[in-house]
Amino acid sequence: MKKYIRIIATLALALVLGASNLQARDMIQIKGSDTLINLVQKLSEVYMEKNPGKYIAVTGGGSGTGIAALMNSQCDIADASRNMKPKEISRATSLGITPKRVVIAMDGLSVIVNGKNSVTKLTMDEIGKIFRGEVTNWSDIGGDNIPITLYGRQSNSGTFVFFRDVVLKGDYSARMKRMNGNSQIVEAVRHDKSGIGYVGVGYVKEATDLNVVSVAAHAGADYASPLNAEEVKSGKYPIARPLNQYINGTPTEAVRDFLLFEISSEGQEIVENAGFFPIPKEYEDLNKKSIGI
Amino acid sequence: MKIKEKLIHGLFLFNGLLVVFILIGIFSLLVFTAIPAFKEINIKEFLFSSNWNPTSYVKETYGIGAMLVSTIMVTAGALLLAVPIGIGAAAYLSDVASPKIREIVKPIIEILAGIPSVVIGFLGIVFVGPVISKTFGLPNGLNAVNGSILLGVMALPTIISLSEDALSSVSKTYSDASLALGATRWQTVIKVKIPAALSGVIAACMLGMGRAIGETMTVLMATGCAPAMPRSYLDSVRTMTSTIAIELGEVPYYTTHYYALFAVGLVLFIMTFCVNMTSDIILHKYQGKRV
Amino acid sequence: MNKKMITEQLGFWTLRLCVGLVGLILLLILFDIVSKGIGTISWRFLTQPPKNGMTEGGIFPAIVGTFFVTILTAVLAVPLGMGCAIYLNEYADDNIFTRIIRMSIRNLSGVPSIVYGLFGVVLFVQMMRIGTCLLASGLTLGLMTLPWTITASEEALKNVPQSYRDGALALGATKWQAIKTNVLPYSISGMLTGTILGLARAAGETAPILFTGAAFFLPFLPKSLFEQFMALPYHLYIMATQHHAIETVRPIAYATALVLIVLICSMNMFAVVLRYKLRKRKKE
Repeated sequence: MKKYIRIIATLALALVLGASNLQARDMIQIKGSDTLINLVQKLSEVYMEKNPGKYIAVTGGGSGTGIAALMNSQCDIADASRNMKPKEISRATSLGITPKRVVIAMDGLSVIVNGKNSVTKLTMDEIGKIFRGEVTNWSDIGGDNIPITLYGRQSNSGTFVFFRDVVLKGDYSARMKRMNGNSQIVEAVRHDKSGIGYVGVGYVKEATDLNVVSVAAHAGADYASPLNAEEVKSGKYPIARPLNQYINGTPTEAVRDFLLFEISSEGQEIVENAGFFPIPKEYEDLNKKSIGI
Repeated sequence: MKIKEKLIHGLFLFNGLLVVFILIGIFSLLVFTAIPAFKEINIKEFLFSSNWNPTSYVKETYGIGAMLVSTIMVTAGALLLAVPIGIGAAAYLSDVASPKIREIVKPIIEILAGIPSVVIGFLGIVFVGPVISKTFGLPNGLNAVNGSILLGVMALPTIISLSEDALSSVSKTYSDASLALGATRWQTVIKVKIPAALSGVIAACMLGMGRAIGETMTVLMATGCAPAMPRSYLDSVRTMTSTIAIELGEVPYYTTHYYALFAVGLVLFIMTFCVNMTSDIILHKYQGKRV
Repeated sequence: MNKKMITEQLGFWTLRLCVGLVGLILLLILFDIVSKGIGTISWRFLTQPPKNGMTEGGIFPAIVGTFFVTILTAVLAVPLGMGCAIYLNEYADDNIFTRIIRMSIRNLSGVPSIVYGLFGVVLFVQMMRIGTCLLASGLTLGLMTLPWTITASEEALKNVPQSYRDGALALGATKWQAIKTNVLPYSISGMLTGTILGLARAAGETAPILFTGAAFFLPFLPKSLFEQFMALPYHLYIMATQHHAIETVRPIAYATALVLIVLICSMNMFAVVLRYKLRKRKKE
């Protein structure tokens, strides 16, 4: 008995000591948005395959999580599916962090309903009313007589904040179910005739049993679909947003190299394959300035 | 020799003190990180308001009323399921089952106790959820019932094994006397053994309750997490534990929101502490009586 | 058959139903996970990192991560826990002070895991500036396991008859000699059983590592204690809720759950076997 214990204890100690070289590898820490996470995960997977010896750790948790981690100096790159709020920027500055923004893709935030739902066109105003909880039955907006079930994200999500600030301009109904990730919303709405939700366009390209709602900026305006790349790029689709990464000050060589890969044509191809849209021209200068080309 | 002896004694003393220090540290750190929250939050509003929206578009609010109710609802639901089944199973094991069956059933309960909460939560999404949505004709099965069922399953092993311990340790003279007076075995179980072991059984249920209150991953995954005050068991609920799990990641350190989350943690800590303490006291009183 | 007998039979069948229900629940859980997870398990699944947007490949880094973090947990919780139990049971006097300590330890073993997560964030990640990494997670889990190991070890020590100690002391042995030769050999398997059960529980925990070190995607093994890691329970959480196509990766999620359960069950089994051996020896 004693012998076993001694052997086990020695083994455990050896393992820990073996793993305890104090210097962690030079690893790029990326943290943040769940909308971006699967895209960034793919980007870093390809990048690491091409560059052996480079290490990237990707963690999710939401845009708020990423931005908080950047402020707390716990990551090198913060994924954010929204822009940093002025309050956050001033807080970061007071902590000695200079956040710089790089846009790596465009997203047409999609409003989705069940495939059996007859409502496929909504105005921004109607969507706002639905999610604020002011309209609670589909019949009020031309659908069948069923109560609306709301599916949204949790407050740490950039999508949650962006959608609230741009579409709702108020608080979400407290009855909205708060799902852990975009794909959980997709799955729920697919199975729920009364459901409505919002997710990044990358999550709905291949989904079935779903209708992606066409949205008009205001009553009387043309309806546009987030699935149409041109309408998203031109800004005709009203809930399009840039997907950002924030870094602190001048990036290190390793971070810079990865960022350059992301905005390269190869990186942008991955972006399109993931269902998002490539970086529009207007952000190219910003990117160059932030990365320091 | 004496020096060595003293050294060893000192070593263990140091060890003991270290542990005590760590454990006190946990509590005090929690308290001290929670206190600053109340500089900006009215404590009355914190406890009784049901609006929790620290990142609101309009006005930040910190009221844990709705989550408190959600936690209590889910826990009560879990106990409603787990207590009768648990006590029944415990009574069966201690008084009806043959030793052979006991040897088979005990590992089953141990395996059940060992299934991680995240696996149970996963089953809540893929298995229990769809069943609930079909049974009740609901659009979605992520709600308080789902959470209650899962937590009930998780509380079962605790309740069964501790109740069984309590039932088995009832002195044999009790049941012998009862049987000798002509009572059936069933009457003996119900009218003599369970009442005799009642304090132990209650303590077991309290511990199961403590486990249900503090469970995080399961409720995070399976209850839908809507922050509104629940109207019924078929509503989505967000408990205190899932609120912490959702928001701790997003919060910038040293802000009111951050401190408020620790205050929620403190409330949770106090709740479970009271439950465990009560169970502890009941158990000791009962043990004292037996001796 | 009189009325009493019928009531008795009815009553016993109700009790049997209760146990049957418990068995059925476990069977259902295991059946669902095994039947849907076994198809994905292969040697490649167990030995390769996730690939192609985590829709293919395996879970090797997560298995290793869980293994490492459990060992770290053990390194902290086992010696400290056993030492503390030995102190409390063998050296300390039974007074108000030790009674309060015992009571608080018992109560701390019921504190929710998310509260330990909160504690880990403040103490290790921030105050000690360790950052989110393997070490921070291991320490957090270690603290959570500590009360369990202490309680279990003390239980085992209590089961050693006082006469064993008295015998050694009467023969002129010192206190430590008495503990070493007459107490520890009879309690060590009991102490280990409880400890391993505690570690198995820690290995399956998600809440404490959520904010202290677990990573979403990290396709290589941790080389230092200051790196992040993938862990099985967290991987399952991601696969169930956050992956971009949760329905396509369901088989992977099921297989991950299966691996996690097998891992934890075998740890538990090991503990049970230990206990069984101990019982047998006691009888001899």
